[in-house]
Amino acid sequence: MVNELINVLIIAIYATVAMMIGILFMGIGRKIVARVHNRVGPPIYQGFIDIAKLILKKTNITHGWIYDLALLFSITGIVLTILFLPIGGVKLLSTEGDAFLVLYLLAIPALGFALGAGASGNPNSAIGVMRALVMMLSYELPFVISMVALMIYYDTTSIAEIVASQYGKWAILIPPFAISAAVADMALQGMLMEAPFDIPIAPHEIASGPMAEFGGKHLGSLMIYKAGSIVAYTTLFVDLFLGGGVVMKGGIVADVVNFIVWFILIFLVFTLSLLINTSFPRFRIEQAFKFYWKYEAVLAIIALVWVYWMVIS
Amino acid sequence: MKYEEWSKISRIASKKSLWILHFCTGCGAIEMPPVMTSRFDMERFGMAPMATPRQADVLLITGYLTVKTLKRVIQVYEQMQDPKYVVAFGSCPINGGMYWDSYNTINQLDKYLPVDLYLAGCMPRPEGIINAMMELMEMIEKGEARGWEKYRKNYEKYKKNQEMAFKFGKVEE
Repeated sequence: MVNELINVLIIAIYATVAMMIGILFMGIGRKIVARVHNRVGPPIYQGFIDIAKLILKKTNITHGWIYDLALLFSITGIVLTILFLPIGGVKLLSTEGDAFLVLYLLAIPALGFALGAGASGNPNSAIGVMRALVMMLSYELPFVISMVALMIYYDTTSIAEIVASQYGKWAILIPPFAISAAVADMALQGMLMEAPFDIPIAPHEIASGPMAEFGGKHLGSLMIYKAGSIVAYTTLFVDLFLGGGVVMKGGIVADVVNFIVWFILIFLVFTLSLLINTSFPRFRIEQAFKFYWKYEAVLAIIALVWVYWMVIS
Repeated sequence: MKYEEWSKISRIASKKSLWILHFCTGCGAIEMPPVMTSRFDMERFGMAPMATPRQADVLLITGYLTVKTLKRVIQVYEQMQDPKYVVAFGSCPINGGMYWDSYNTINQLDKYLPVDLYLAGCMPRPEGIINAMMELMEMIEKGEARGWEKYRKNYEKYKKNQEMAFKFGKVEE
């Protein structure tokens, strides 16, 4: 009983810390974008202020109970995803076969977001949701093929085992996985909705799309969901290709060092995504679809065949 | 924690992250891009442009308002979430500016919506805009920017003026 309580406590701490890191990253991200534009930019704790302001708004217009609950749906989905991913080599809920489970869990928050936006009844939201779902369909194909290549090479369907097998040699250093990692990084760009794939939330085009009707507490929850999604997606990438940040084994010191390395790695992945974001304009939705299914998917299949050939020979 | 202290926290958070909705009617819109981009950079004070009224805190009315646009401004204002602030930008919403005797523009915005801050000039320079926003931040921290409360309290009066304007043009004279 005591052990279970301790586990619940650890899980709660992990989820909270992950959200805090995500909110901090949003501020740092705005700072980085500002520096690229040769601006000063907001303070790095700006994300916390924005969320505090939105949560403390006096009125919060709702559009029905689906609109309210859909946000909880998204936040729950993203927290669950974070808990299934090994963070710095520490596995919380991770079990055998969770690589498939995570793929399913990744769809839940996006669907919750779509549900909430659909319930708000704004035509811009409807366009945004349609684009978000098409984007999801597009980036998941190359991403899943890259993941399958990893599963074949390490002969496991558990992300924790993939992380453990990469101890000493990261997957990205093996030639075919360098291609897979490049493909997965572009898929990550779509998952984080950064340019050139910020099609669903194009602010100048469809008035921030699905978020058009969100305000007050609802927009605050949406920002918390966004913060969680930054941590979840970058952690997934780091776990799959950069060894999950595991550089030491055994003992509490190793855990702390691994945690710090994990933090640096997800920060680097996030920075890379931001630099791509600031350098490119926006694709149209059919261009994004073509990009993922025509070029990225073909590259992912080449990497997959190469890995398969390495395994059987 | 007492409610007063709590609302003080909310005021400080509100002050540090003003999200602005530009209602770009007249020529004032052209002064906003320099304020947002690298020369004057309003984001260092936590201000950011927003796409829809639901997300915004500050309604910035840049320039003259015809009776037709006034209708839209009121709709936009009522869609915003409390606490919300209105900044009348340029001399046109203050006293009509160069359109003071036009048949279809309103002269004083204050008759129809509670204005928290006036920013005079034709047009105000970007430095002036930043200065005005700092002023608004101070007012918010002291709890002086209470236009949204005034609108709720005197709704009948504002509504009457709005109806008059929609029917007969302006009501000032």
